[in-house]
Amino acid sequence: MSAFTGLLRKESLHILRDRRTLFVVIFMPILQVILFGYAIRTDISGIRLAFVDPSPDATTIELRNRFAATDAFRLSRVLPNSGPLDQLFASGAIQEAVVLDNDFANRLARGLPARVLVVADASEPNSGSAMESYAVAVIQGFQRDLAARAGGVQIVAEARMRFNPTRASSNLFVPGLIAFVLTIISALMTAISLTREKETGTMEILLVSPLKPLEIIVGKVLAYVVIGFVSVLLVVAEARLVFAVPLRGSLLLLLGEGLLYILTSLSLGILISSRTSSQRVAMIGALAGTMLPTILLSGFIFPIESMPWPLRAISNIVPAKWFVIIARGIMLKGVGLDYLWQETVILLVMTIVLVAAATRSFRIRLAA
Amino acid sequence: MTTADRSVAIEARDLTRKFGTFTAVDHITFDVAVGEVFGFLGANGAGKTTAIRILTGLLAPTSGTARVAGHDVYTESEWIKRRIGYMSQKFSLYEDLTVAENIRLYGGIYDLTREQVRERTTRMLERLGLEQAIGTQVRALPLGWRQKLAFSVALLHEPSIVFLDEPTSGVDPITRRQFWELIYEAAARGTTVFVTTHYMDEAEYCDRISIMVSGRIEALGTPAALKERFSVDSIDEMFVRLARPTAGIAT
Repeated sequence: MSAFTGLLRKESLHILRDRRTLFVVIFMPILQVILFGYAIRTDISGIRLAFVDPSPDATTIELRNRFAATDAFRLSRVLPNSGPLDQLFASGAIQEAVVLDNDFANRLARGLPARVLVVADASEPNSGSAMESYAVAVIQGFQRDLAARAGGVQIVAEARMRFNPTRASSNLFVPGLIAFVLTIISALMTAISLTREKETGTMEILLVSPLKPLEIIVGKVLAYVVIGFVSVLLVVAEARLVFAVPLRGSLLLLLGEGLLYILTSLSLGILISSRTSSQRVAMIGALAGTMLPTILLSGFIFPIESMPWPLRAISNIVPAKWFVIIARGIMLKGVGLDYLWQETVILLVMTIVLVAAATRSFRIRLAA
Repeated sequence: MTTADRSVAIEARDLTRKFGTFTAVDHITFDVAVGEVFGFLGANGAGKTTAIRILTGLLAPTSGTARVAGHDVYTESEWIKRRIGYMSQKFSLYEDLTVAENIRLYGGIYDLTREQVRERTTRMLERLGLEQAIGTQVRALPLGWRQKLAFSVALLHEPSIVFLDEPTSGVDPITRRQFWELIYEAAARGTTVFVTTHYMDEAEYCDRISIMVSGRIEALGTPAALKERFSVDSIDEMFVRLARPTAGIAT
C-alpha cells in the first residue's frame, strides 16, 4: 500500500464525511447559475419610455414605432416638448426619455446631423447604462436603415456588444461564474483544509514522516482538483440546458484552461494557508484575497472598461480576469488558442510564479 | 551508523540554531542512550521546540553536530524521518477517520505492508483494550483513549526513537499515569523516548532529564542526582530556581 494513495484516500474520506461542506460545494455552483440566470439578470424589459417629438412627421413616427415594437421598451408618453420630463422622471412614471431635435426630420433629409438626446434614469447605474445602450441601439438601427434607403450617406458605428446581440446576461455571467466557482473550491477549500491540519496538529505528523512536502501538498489538493473539475462540467451543462448559453468553441480547450486556472487558484490557496495558522484567518484571507477580486475585478459582473485606471491596473494581476476573457472567448466567440494564446500565457506565467511561491513558502513554513 | 556508538540514540554537540540575531538553541550538548526515557524540560520559549525540530529533521541547525539514530541531521534527515516516531501536544490523529483508518493511513505513510498493518493493529488494540472501537471515528473516543491511541500509532512503524512533545497536556491525572505506563512499556521494548513536559512530577519518572533555559541546557542528569546537587526536594523547586532569572521571557 503506497503512502501517496493512502493520503488520497484519507483526503477523500475527509471530504465525504463532511457531508454539509460537500453538499455546499457541489450545489452552490448549481444554485448560483439559477440565481444569476433568473434573479440577478441585468437584461431589462418594458422600460417606460417618453418620446419627445417637437415636430412629428413620417420619419419621426417611424422611429417612435421602432421603439414601441421592441420588447425592451414600452412607450408610456409622447410629448411635444421636454418640459414635463423632470417631473416624470422624479415620480418614476418614466425611466428613459428619447428627445428629438426641433427639426429632426428636416435636418436628416438635408443630410445635416440630426441630434437625439437619450436620457436614462441612472439611479441604478447598471440598468441606467443598459437602458441607454438599448435606446442607442434602436436609434442606430434606424439610422442604418435610413442610410441604406438614401444610398448610404451615413456610416454608423457598430453596436458594442457584438458577441451578445440579444444581450442575454446569462451568456456573460456563466464564464465568470466558472471562474468564481473554481476560485471558491480551489483557493478557499484548499486554504481551509491545509490550515485545518495545522490547527489540529496533524500537519506536523505528516511533516515529520518520510513523506516529501510535494507529496503532502499534492495528496491534499488533488481531491479538490477533481471537485473543481466536476463543478465546471456541472455549470457548463446547466448553463447550456437551462439558459441555452452557447459553447461555440472547444469543450476540451475550455476544460484545459479550467485546469490551468484551478492550478492558479490552488497555489493561491496554498500560499494563503502557509501564511496563516487558523482556519478562520485562512477563510478571511481567501475571501479577501481571491473571491472579492474575482467578483469585483475580473469583469465577471462589473465591466473593467468603466473602472477608474487604478482599478483597471490592479485588475491585470487578478488571475480571474484572464480566465474570464478566455472562457468568454471560447464559449461565446468560439475562438481557439490562436486568439487566446496571450491570455493563456499570462495565466500560465501567473501560475508558475504562484506555484513557485507556494512551494517556497511551504518550505519556509516547514523550516520555521 | 558507522562512526556512531550503537548504544547512543541521540547525540548532540554544540548544537545551535539562530533566527536572525536571536539564538533559540545555544550550543547544547547531550547524549541520549538507547532505551532511555529522556525528559527534555524548559519553560515556554526556552528553545525546546526548536531543538525537537532540529532532531526530527524539520529544521537545519546553524552550527554544531547532531546524530539521531546514527544519522546526521544535516545530510540524512530523510533517514531520520524513517527511524523516528512523533507525537505532538496537539492531537495527532484525524478525528473524522475511524481508528482503523487512522492506523492504515500511518501504516501506508511508513511503507508497512498490509499484512504488517493488520497484525500490528490487532496487537495494539488488544494491548489498549480498544478492540471494540476499531470502527469508531476517533472524535467519539474519550480524550484519554485518544491520547494513548495516538502514542501507539506513533510507535506503529516500530521507530527506534519516539519524540513526545508535551503528550500529556490537558489530560487528567489518571490518564497521565496510564500514559506513562505505556511510555515505560515502550522503553522496556528498547524504544528510546524523548519527552518534553510541563509537569514536574512527570520529570521524576524519567531516567534522566535536562533543563533548558534561554536556549542553553542548565542542568542534566538523573532526577535524584540533580535534586542532590541543587539541594532541593523536588524537580519543581529546582526548575523554578533555574528558570527564574528569565522567567519573564517567553515567545
